[in-house]
Amino acid sequence: MTVESSSEAAVSSRIAGILLAPLRWAMGLIDLPMSWVQRRLGTGGVVAAMLAPNMLIFGVFVLFPMFLNVLYSFTGGGALFLESRVFVGTEQYETLLDCRTYLDPASCREDRFWRAAGNTAFFVIVQVVLLVLVSLITALVLNREMRARGFWRAVFFFPVLLSPVVVALIWKWILQRNGLLNAALAQVGVEPVLWLVDRNWAMFWAIFLSIWAHLGFYTLILLAGLQAIPADLYEAAEMDGTPRSRVLARITLPLLWPSLVVVILLALIRAVQVFDEVFVLTGGGPGSATLFLVQYIYETGLAQQVRNLGLASAASILMALVLVVLTLIQLSATAWRERREKR
Amino acid sequence: MSIGSFLTRRRGGASWHFTDVLAWIWLVSGLILMFGPVIWLGLSSFKTRAALSEFPPTLLPYETRMVEVEGHDEPLPLYRVTTEDGEERLMVQVRRIGTMAQMADPEHPEETVRVPLQAREPVRELQLATENYTEPFERLNFLRFFYNSVFVTVVATIITLIVNSMAAFALSKYEFKGRAAVLAVILATLMVPLSVIIIPLFSVINGLNLFNSLWGVVLPTVATPTGVFLLRQYMLTIPDELLEAARMDNASEWKIYWRIVLPLAMPAIAVLAIFSVMWRWNDFLWPLIVLSDRELYTIQVGLNSFQGELNVQWQYVLAMTVVSMLPVVVIFAFLQRFITTGIASTGIK
Repeated sequence: MTVESSSEAAVSSRIAGILLAPLRWAMGLIDLPMSWVQRRLGTGGVVAAMLAPNMLIFGVFVLFPMFLNVLYSFTGGGALFLESRVFVGTEQYETLLDCRTYLDPASCREDRFWRAAGNTAFFVIVQVVLLVLVSLITALVLNREMRARGFWRAVFFFPVLLSPVVVALIWKWILQRNGLLNAALAQVGVEPVLWLVDRNWAMFWAIFLSIWAHLGFYTLILLAGLQAIPADLYEAAEMDGTPRSRVLARITLPLLWPSLVVVILLALIRAVQVFDEVFVLTGGGPGSATLFLVQYIYETGLAQQVRNLGLASAASILMALVLVVLTLIQLSATAWRERREKR
Repeated sequence: MSIGSFLTRRRGGASWHFTDVLAWIWLVSGLILMFGPVIWLGLSSFKTRAALSEFPPTLLPYETRMVEVEGHDEPLPLYRVTTEDGEERLMVQVRRIGTMAQMADPEHPEETVRVPLQAREPVRELQLATENYTEPFERLNFLRFFYNSVFVTVVATIITLIVNSMAAFALSKYEFKGRAAVLAVILATLMVPLSVIIIPLFSVINGLNLFNSLWGVVLPTVATPTGVFLLRQYMLTIPDELLEAARMDNASEWKIYWRIVLPLAMPAIAVLAIFSVMWRWNDFLWPLIVLSDRELYTIQVGLNSFQGELNVQWQYVLAMTVVSMLPVVVIFAFLQRFITTGIASTGIK
């Protein structure tokens, strides 16, 4: 280290020291009651005091609402608070699940729920398959020996950090009637398309957008998985003159499989909750072509003139069940991957 | 060596394989598809309202040149007019009547000529409509939105770091009855994302009188289970001998937390801080539910309300989209390494 850089470090650490002085003072102040607790109640008291803020916030804003959600789903009426709501038993669930034929949303009493569920199921299947495929290809490409790998990784990764509103607005601007895409198509003689007014195109763009925004995240996890594959395996294959397709099928993919499972499950869990990008892009339209479950819950429970909290709670319980199953599988898959990596 | 083989030479003299070509096609189309839209957003955000409604759009923000002419209060647009005898002249448009335009020589504005619309072409020059960036701050509450977003992000991140690190410390450095239960409860809530508890959470927020307040946006988000787990995993690697040594020196448990464990856990805390800033800055659904007063909107909710208007003022929406991206872009530019290693090692986002 040169003299200059060490003095620079000294200056910056002094600045940090001055900036942190109030924090240090505050922490010292907290030490007084904490030491008192420790003297009175022993170490256990301190541990409880340390856990308390997090668990309190957690309890009030996560655990209690979870519990409340179940209760709400058995009540009806328009009141906001539980004490003035009417107990209706399983009526809300019956309303949601009342269909003459389950394949036709129009035959259901709550047809918007079934449309939302159907759209979500379609979205989840198509989006996850494409997303994992695109991420896998991108990770394989980025794992090659190349110049400026950091740059290329950043190219695919940066949309992950953009807010869903920004992502939606970027694409909404391009997909406008006189937007960039229609202008480019006009160059090759194609009539302008109203991308977000056509049912099928709207769904296409909803899927496209969510892949565009999230593929970098999954690529990164897969890339980490690829780089954990021991290089000597590849060297051995090269010495044997194994063709590349065989290397991919026999070495890369089997060893990447644990990461791939985690990626698929994470993508599934996210896809079930699809909301913000699509909501800003299409508002769920045209009609209910891109209406998804979270938007259904939000609109039924909170955004309508007449709030139907009971129905929305019942719908979110049904959605939560799906998520719980997926998350349990994901957690055990992660544990499985870690065990395999340790071996 | 010919130029072609020079450009395509490879390290180690290996020859080109068809997968190399495919990989490059993938990378280049990725570059266009990922970067293109953002660059297009940036370029468009400098166009005036008139230029934005043009079809086909120009790549760069061109604007018709305006000329100050005697006898007219407003500057008039300048056109290149082809007269009937095939001569080209620069003229300003005084008025447009149907398919004809009343044009005049900028030097002699009193003599006007009628010219058919197709016989003229606007004189265009590169011009950045910087008013797209300044006007929303002056007139449209955007400063307010920005302030709200900064408040939510900063306060939520500070509280997250404090409460999560304290809980992680307690859960990693002490053996106590019920520790497994606490961990299981936190783990269980990983399964219940905010989007499935919005209904009861809304009534809790109302019950606490936090509806339509920024604290109502902040509080439900701060006790992140991912944060507790991230920090706990890291703190488990800090050797207990250090803590024992401090106890020998009569340090209180609180002192051990903030003088020893917290400084040593800084790398993990930095990762959590970066993620928390991005989460809170980008949050949309929850602020949308809690905030009903326009004055309290965060920048994301504000942007959404502008783009949802009947007559969207795209020139402002685009510029403010760019502004709302800036903090995240700056974070990414400087801290990319932290973010990518954070994701790759923990799978959080």
